[in-house]
Amino acid sequence: MTGFLQNTFNGLVSGAFYALLALGLAVIFGMLRVVNFAHGAFYMLGAFGAYVLLSEAGVPFWAALVIMPLGLGLLGMALERAVIHRLTRLDPLYNFLLTFGLTLILQDLVKSRYGVQSSPYATPSALSGSVDFGLFDFPTYRVFILGFAVLVCVAVWWVLTRTRVGMVVRAATERPELTPAFGINVGRWVTPVFGFGIALAGLAGVLAAPMRAVNPLMGADLIIVVFAVVVIGGLGSIFGSVAAGFGIGLVQAWGEAYLSDFPIVSQTIVFVVMAVVLLWRPAGLFGREEAPA
Amino acid sequence: MLRIDHLSAWYGEAQVLRDVSLDVAAGEVVTLVGRNGAGKSTLLRCVMGLHAGQRGTVELDGRDLGRLPAYRRARLGLGWVPDDRGSYATLSVAENLTLPPTVGPDPWPLERVYETFPALHQRRDSAATTLSGGEQQMLALARVLRMGARLLLCDEPTEGLSPLLVQQVGDLLREAKRHGVTVLLVEQNLHFATGVADRHYLLAEGRVVEAMDNSEVRSRERELLSYLGI
Repeated sequence: MTGFLQNTFNGLVSGAFYALLALGLAVIFGMLRVVNFAHGAFYMLGAFGAYVLLSEAGVPFWAALVIMPLGLGLLGMALERAVIHRLTRLDPLYNFLLTFGLTLILQDLVKSRYGVQSSPYATPSALSGSVDFGLFDFPTYRVFILGFAVLVCVAVWWVLTRTRVGMVVRAATERPELTPAFGINVGRWVTPVFGFGIALAGLAGVLAAPMRAVNPLMGADLIIVVFAVVVIGGLGSIFGSVAAGFGIGLVQAWGEAYLSDFPIVSQTIVFVVMAVVLLWRPAGLFGREEAPA
Repeated sequence: MLRIDHLSAWYGEAQVLRDVSLDVAAGEVVTLVGRNGAGKSTLLRCVMGLHAGQRGTVELDGRDLGRLPAYRRARLGLGWVPDDRGSYATLSVAENLTLPPTVGPDPWPLERVYETFPALHQRRDSAATTLSGGEQQMLALARVLRMGARLLLCDEPTEGLSPLLVQQVGDLLREAKRHGVTVLLVEQNLHFATGVADRHYLLAEGRVVEAMDNSEVRSRERELLSYLGI
């Protein structure tokens, strides 16, 4: 029982990262119809930025948690203005080429300066140690990640469902062609929404720094699972991306714990789930078919 | 109020509007009638700024709308009532109503909208696509009235509605007209058209082939109906 609870908790923590990354991808896809293959690179930049800030400037974790999402959000907005917005009228192939190319550039820039070996990042002292849950202890830092990620997801959900900005984003996501006819300048929201999605990736990166190996390829490893999460949840579905993020975290953790005798199963379980979901619901669990233009 | 001058439009290579010129005076209700594919909807889309391939002039109150994007046109007082009713599934009924910013001198307050359409009030927190087809049509009209639009562009607002609902749409358009709202309307239902409109333009193969008033439409109803293929 204790083992099960621990596996479940670990799964939720992994799921927290998937959820934050998939959420960013979902808002970006909804508003821009761009699949951002560079998302993992921004996650890596978040973690690396936190590492560089601490090791070279002594900037603590808590400051990095604010600085990196803001900085990367601004970088994302600049990239959207410079290149991403040119994708709107092009074949989706260019979407892949551009954002995948960005990934390689960002990875290699970091690699050329810091090499490929992992850099250590100490857990902030206020979050070291563990929390006693009675049946088992759990590292305080992981409890923090889980709580923080849930808080961020709830805040994003609140903004999307309860504010005027959220209403405009939902309208533009659902009917990009129609919405301007109601006096909404959809173009004005595209750049900030892209920046916001990137900021979420940066935030996930900073959160990952103390518990994951900080290296230039950390995003590339993670993002493949995140894309499976996005597809399972339904491309562009905000709720679906978060729910599928936590769900896949759980499936993966349970798979690793209870199917460890069958590594071929435990390593591919996420993609098996994806295949089954797509056969059953081609638009994903919470996705809707695109309305005809 | 609205003046269209030598307007031509294309879908790729295919020309769908040829040299269309017409005008709509303030406070008038004018219909565009014609067979499917005559270019009626494209004409509305050109006025709204939703159609890319076009040449010619669209003027609102003497101002050339040129390449003005749709959202700026909406803010000048154009109210878009699309043929698919434009309901947002991810927005509640209330959100669908309040999505457009108010623009005109005389926007309907939300209370008045709800008084006029009790069904919308009752379902205000439900997703708009859970409304019946008729309720969604009322929502589409109520949305642009709440916005305060001065010129409504309505694409077949009576299509697929029961006679009772068609009458409601007519009452609503007549009330809007009484308050000085101008309407340009695509309509196949001639009986409805003569009941609400002042004048009619007949479109065929992308051209305006006739301008008619109500008495002319009534006296030629049988001929027009067989021409329209209804």
